[in-house]
Amino acid sequence: MNRETVLELAHISKHFGKLIANDDISLTLGKGELLALLGENGAGKTTLMNVLFGHYTADGGQVSAFGEILPPGKPRAAIEAGIGMVHQHFTLAGNLTVLDNVMIGTERLGLLRSGRKQAAAKLRGLSERFGLQVEPYAFVADLSVGEKQRVEILKALYRDARILILDEPTAVLTQIEAEQLFQTLRGMTDTGLSVIFISHKLAEVMAASDRVVILRGGRTVAEKRTSDTNRAELAELMVGRRVVRPVRTDQAPGRNILSAGKVDIVEDGRKLLDGIDFTVRAGEILGIIGVSGNGQAALGQLTCGLRGADTGTLVYDGNQANGFSPRMLVTSGTGRIPEDRNTEGAIAEMAIWENAVLERIHEKRFSAYGFVNRARCRDYATELIDRFDIRGAAPDTRTGLLSGGNMQKMILGRNLAASPKLIIANQPTRGLDEGAIAAVHAELLAARKDGAAILLISEDLDEVLALSDTIQAIFKGRLSAPLSAEDADSRTVGLMMAGIWETSHAA
Amino acid sequence: MRLERRTQSSLALLLAAPVIAIVIALALSGGLIALAGVNPLDAYAAMVKGAFGSRLSISETLTRTTPLILTGLAAAVAFRARLWNIGGEGQLYAGALVAAWLGHNMAAGLPTPLAIILIMLAGMLAGALLLLGPVLLRLRLGVDEVVTTLILNFIVLLFVSMMIEGPLKDPLAFGWPQSVPVDSDVMLPKLLSRSRLHIGLIIAILAAFVIWIVQSRTVFGMETKAAGLNTRAASFAGIKLGRTLLGVACISGGMAGLAGAIEVTGLKGYVTLDLSPGYGYSGIVVAMLAALHPVGVVITALFVAIVFVGADAMSRALGVPSFIADVIVSISLLTMLVSLLFTTYRVRR
Repeated sequence: MNRETVLELAHISKHFGKLIANDDISLTLGKGELLALLGENGAGKTTLMNVLFGHYTADGGQVSAFGEILPPGKPRAAIEAGIGMVHQHFTLAGNLTVLDNVMIGTERLGLLRSGRKQAAAKLRGLSERFGLQVEPYAFVADLSVGEKQRVEILKALYRDARILILDEPTAVLTQIEAEQLFQTLRGMTDTGLSVIFISHKLAEVMAASDRVVILRGGRTVAEKRTSDTNRAELAELMVGRRVVRPVRTDQAPGRNILSAGKVDIVEDGRKLLDGIDFTVRAGEILGIIGVSGNGQAALGQLTCGLRGADTGTLVYDGNQANGFSPRMLVTSGTGRIPEDRNTEGAIAEMAIWENAVLERIHEKRFSAYGFVNRARCRDYATELIDRFDIRGAAPDTRTGLLSGGNMQKMILGRNLAASPKLIIANQPTRGLDEGAIAAVHAELLAARKDGAAILLISEDLDEVLALSDTIQAIFKGRLSAPLSAEDADSRTVGLMMAGIWETSHAA
Repeated sequence: MRLERRTQSSLALLLAAPVIAIVIALALSGGLIALAGVNPLDAYAAMVKGAFGSRLSISETLTRTTPLILTGLAAAVAFRARLWNIGGEGQLYAGALVAAWLGHNMAAGLPTPLAIILIMLAGMLAGALLLLGPVLLRLRLGVDEVVTTLILNFIVLLFVSMMIEGPLKDPLAFGWPQSVPVDSDVMLPKLLSRSRLHIGLIIAILAAFVIWIVQSRTVFGMETKAAGLNTRAASFAGIKLGRTLLGVACISGGMAGLAGAIEVTGLKGYVTLDLSPGYGYSGIVVAMLAALHPVGVVITALFVAIVFVGADAMSRALGVPSFIADVIVSISLLTMLVSLLFTTYRVRR
């Protein structure tokens, strides 16, 4: 099928300092096409789309839409040419309504009458036509993540976008929401809109796209019709080598390391955790699976020492309490991988060595009489960088300059270097690419082999199935009964994630 | 045109930022001086001469620098930890009042060095205690410390006014509202004979270096830096946010209180309501110009002192109103804020 070309990027190059983000990239988009832009973190996908939309000015090359060359560096020109962009991090004002967010910037100032009525009608029309249900007068702050994304898409459509660009649209969505999104996008391309979505997830690229362009290291390495390729080939093209996720081998668990008994956490009269029980044993991975927002945050805070149980107790290696402080956890051999590496795991403005030692700065080897032993801290950071293969890093590098995968390796490293007996891993691979995921999984399995008890909190079904010895689902703050790995398959666990065990097991 | 975050800010850039800011501020203020009918270059020449032209003027400039270093440190330490202490002026007066009271009553019986040290510590304690209240209110109830510290300045000034008109009034001052004088034994030694310059300058410079070392080399410094940059990550790492903030408050309030104690025992000998021409507020400018670096504070305090002392001389020589000093200092705060922006961002077209 030959499509009319609606968008063409020709020989785009863009560098930041010494880093070459885009190196002579060309691509075209056909009318009604759903094109996937596949690549690992740092491959240059987002930069390319920012050039296209005019957020960045390219060093070379040009962009043309519907046959017209776009002036570089002018987002407004891109909007007028019919290009709409949905960013990974939403650009919505939470204290305004959906309608206001959609209309913002489209009305001329100084008009006495606002066109809210017509705007609301147009918005309703668009939502119905494309199956993007949202209430125009709801406040954005009250919407779920999936709904916010719909608002972003509607914002683009409202401005009469005929080309839609979505940057990692499924990064924040649950499995079901993601499937709905792709149905919606397919519906759009059927009516003649064209869509580019950026992704590093092979499954969704295979399932949803017509064509896929693979970027690696700022260059186009391949372009394939989706029907002519397969997952393994795409993985190899994307990473540049074969990536095999490590496999768990059977081993007998040891003694109880951490258990929770009837723990409640209450906030504003709402139970975030509701009578949860679990036990993690040495050499065992307990996977807590669930769609995000079902109490994982509270469970993470509880186990990482940021808040105590309101009722119930934790038992950690024989010590019973309603909670433990971060300091106590670290000194007694706990590795903690926080849910959000950017806001909790590391301080972007500080050097790598500072982040590497921050939680254990009171240890004798890093400080004496209140003074930091900087030489030893730097040596330790160098050790972590070497041992955990943290790329692009020296001890004095600002941590914020690391890619997500390398930052996660730093966090893993500072936790695993001390051979912890307990590891709390909260969404350890969220937002990472294939290569980094395999590395994180390998490290966790190695720690398990050395006898660490691992509490894995994740919303990635594949991850939980691949790593866990025992699985419990979390749903509305409650935990299901444990299910051992032999009995677990994606169907059973999928039902548990939806809270289905509640009916069969409820007392 | 738009701003793009720099990946790395070079040291040269960080050092150039305040210099460029000051040059631009002087150029802008030059326009105002020209409006007043004087050649700006002549005016600045008169200013430099006024600040450095003689032994006396140099000693005056350095005398002015002393309290500015300390109030600058008070602001720099607090701001780095995201504690917005605007109460330097009040803390200065609290330190001054305590120093005057102790200095008047305590001299007898104690060896002079010990008495001086005790007075300095008491002044620091007074400033620190005054800041602890707002910090505890913020920690316990979430009260904005910008408001509380700012308002406390006026309360403290009224309290000082009450004390120097009442219990601490000097009966020999012909009815002028001033406090009892500090005993001459506990006045700070002079640094330069036949001048007003006293060893307070040395104390202030030492304080700057001590704070620099605390910030860059100690566990406490590292933890306050972390807490200032990212509270969530800091508490995840086990840093007790309340405790670090209280520690910062003690240092910050302590420095402002020390400024007051030193002004009283080094220079004035008693407390009046014009003890400080707004040193607490100027300290904020000093800290910002130094990009909150404690050693930088010493240099920027000197700059601000030059402007104030020099402007008086310029005003006498050329008839330009001495208010121009306030204008220069204020504009340089604004230009510094802009150039700080450019140390982390660059302009892209």
